[in-house]
Amino acid sequence: MIDKKELEKIKKSRSDWEKTCYLPHKKKHPEHKEKFENLSWNEIKPLYTPEDIAHLDYLKDIGFPGEYPFLRGIHPTKYRGRLWTFRQFSGFGSAEETNERYKYLLDHGETGLSVAFDYPTLYGYDTDHPLSRGEFGKCGVAISSLKDMEILFSGIPIDKVTTSMTINGPAAIVWAFYIANAENRGIDRRIIGGTIQNDILKEYIAQKSFIFPPEPSMRLIVDTFEFGYKEIPRWNTISISGYHIREAGSTAVQELAFTVGDGLEYVKWAMKRGLKIDDFAPRLSYFFNAHNDFFEEIAKYRAARRIWAKELKKLGAKKPRSLLMRFHTQTAGCSLTSQQPEINITRVSLQALAAVLGGTQSLHTNSMDEALALPSEKAVRIALRTQQIIAEESGVTNTVDPLGGSYYIEWLTDKMEEETYQYWDKVEKLGGVLPAIEKGFYQREIANAAYKYQKEIEKKKRIIVGVNEYQMDEPIEIPILEMDEKGEERQINRLKKLRKDRNNQKVERNLEALRKAAKGDENLMPYILDCVHSYATLGETCQVLRDVFGEYVEPAIY
Amino acid sequence: MERKIRVLVAKPGLDGHDRGAKIVARALRDAGMEVIYTGLHQTAEMIVETAIQEDVDVVGLSLLSGAHMTLFVDVTKLLKEKGMENVLVVGGGIIPEQDAPKLKKAGVAGIFAPGTHCDDIVDFIKKNVKR
Repeated sequence: MIDKKELEKIKKSRSDWEKTCYLPHKKKHPEHKEKFENLSWNEIKPLYTPEDIAHLDYLKDIGFPGEYPFLRGIHPTKYRGRLWTFRQFSGFGSAEETNERYKYLLDHGETGLSVAFDYPTLYGYDTDHPLSRGEFGKCGVAISSLKDMEILFSGIPIDKVTTSMTINGPAAIVWAFYIANAENRGIDRRIIGGTIQNDILKEYIAQKSFIFPPEPSMRLIVDTFEFGYKEIPRWNTISISGYHIREAGSTAVQELAFTVGDGLEYVKWAMKRGLKIDDFAPRLSYFFNAHNDFFEEIAKYRAARRIWAKELKKLGAKKPRSLLMRFHTQTAGCSLTSQQPEINITRVSLQALAAVLGGTQSLHTNSMDEALALPSEKAVRIALRTQQIIAEESGVTNTVDPLGGSYYIEWLTDKMEEETYQYWDKVEKLGGVLPAIEKGFYQREIANAAYKYQKEIEKKKRIIVGVNEYQMDEPIEIPILEMDEKGEERQINRLKKLRKDRNNQKVERNLEALRKAAKGDENLMPYILDCVHSYATLGETCQVLRDVFGEYVEPAIY
Repeated sequence: MERKIRVLVAKPGLDGHDRGAKIVARALRDAGMEVIYTGLHQTAEMIVETAIQEDVDVVGLSLLSGAHMTLFVDVTKLLKEKGMENVLVVGGGIIPEQDAPKLKKAGVAGIFAPGTHCDDIVDFIKKNVKR
């Protein structure tokens, strides 16, 4: 990036500076740590200079926003053109209660919806299944049928607002609920927009809400890719997620490497099926975490964009849109403290700022009370306002990729990219992504990092404000969200009535057709849509697939 | 030689958040206890059955889904029914302050929120284990 003569001059001056300025000063006023490290345990130097990025070629490696390799952003105007989507992940109790929360959030300036489902829904069980005991509406909304989906979005303009749904094992079925609901409301399926998470690989790796074994799961996902680009062209049929990998305790580098590695695995499976990369790749999206180390997070997003563009190009993508890594970000839930919960607002602000400086397309900011319970209305509003302050007041949106060219940021971006490729070599040696999952490689890497991090906190090698330093012994005064106690009963009654009132012969027929198709190799989406249109429940539809595909049991590694 | 404290670390219900359970399992092992980890998606029956089979002194329950008032209590009830009230039960996860006294009454002797020092859990177990 700089000519050789100039570089030599800088090198000499920097070396002089170290000898005559830095080291004498350090001797007199020692630094407060022997070694400075980021959250991936990379050692950070006191200063970065043009020497650290001399190997980079501006036009080739950094370039311009909206152009390959998209390091500086996927859009030429970035937030000057359009702000990121304010999308708060939300859902609890019954469809009625969550519908109210969505309207509240939209009224307060939210620009996209994001559905959190409860555990039974995530595992494809109806609310009245024995394994749903105690879980109804606890960490998300319970959606057992198209009926519930109708209530969830009643009065919400789903032809205009986009919806992201955090659903994986039964993603195809829940997506079908959404499509069917739109169709029943007279909305063309070609205009609805949103995202299904649909990322099963990170479920095996970290989040653990899997249902079926890997092979049939991958088949279902490729089915949604194909159905998506043909029928629901504005839908992101996957959100390849590092968020949960990070929450499970990975480092930032592991999050980057494992997630983008998963992304490429999906591309390979879809291509193996015979899908054309430029047909489905434009609808692949990503989801990352925003944790505490500010610059490391920014570098992570930038590196992710460049790696993805490079790799997709290598795989033969020609359309510029196929090369774009579009991603949602959520601030790190695992960084929130139950101690002094109000100070989480400050943590979240910094994390959200990192996501914005890293160029996110969409953002969720956590609420201050989430280490204790589901967020109260006020806590969610403050979280949303945090995004609005960044967008409207901070001035960081005035220019594209404002940290691009920083010696430190560019060095770190490059370093994270390099370490990503090193991880991929390790995975390759294990035989690829699925064998690495089966051998517990990712799980062990993550558990080791999580334990090391925890021990460092306990030894005060890392300071967490309010946890191992600056503690207070005070009663916690956080208003806790109260849920409607009648919700579960209402939901179960609705299910009973639904099973009685619908055309059960038709339901049976559709479920049998799905069973037959699942045993073959047709795309299952049309069959699933028929099932849900006839009001087959989530549990019933999923059970058919459980019967055919079997269930996954993971090796318990700690 | 004194028998080591035997602990069953268990994940009841559908919740898949296992970071805390795994960290605690390791920390207890590093503190010299014998640790059995159930893995995910356990019913109360499965947990109590394992507790009996493995003859444990302590059951540590981890749950972040919010279903603790049902699922933790299922486990303590069933332990009592099986005559295992001597087993020390502790729990952790996303547990609001106001639920802690109710859980204690139901037999969960110690509740540990996010941000707990692992040594505090070790000390609590050593002090309260009944054997």
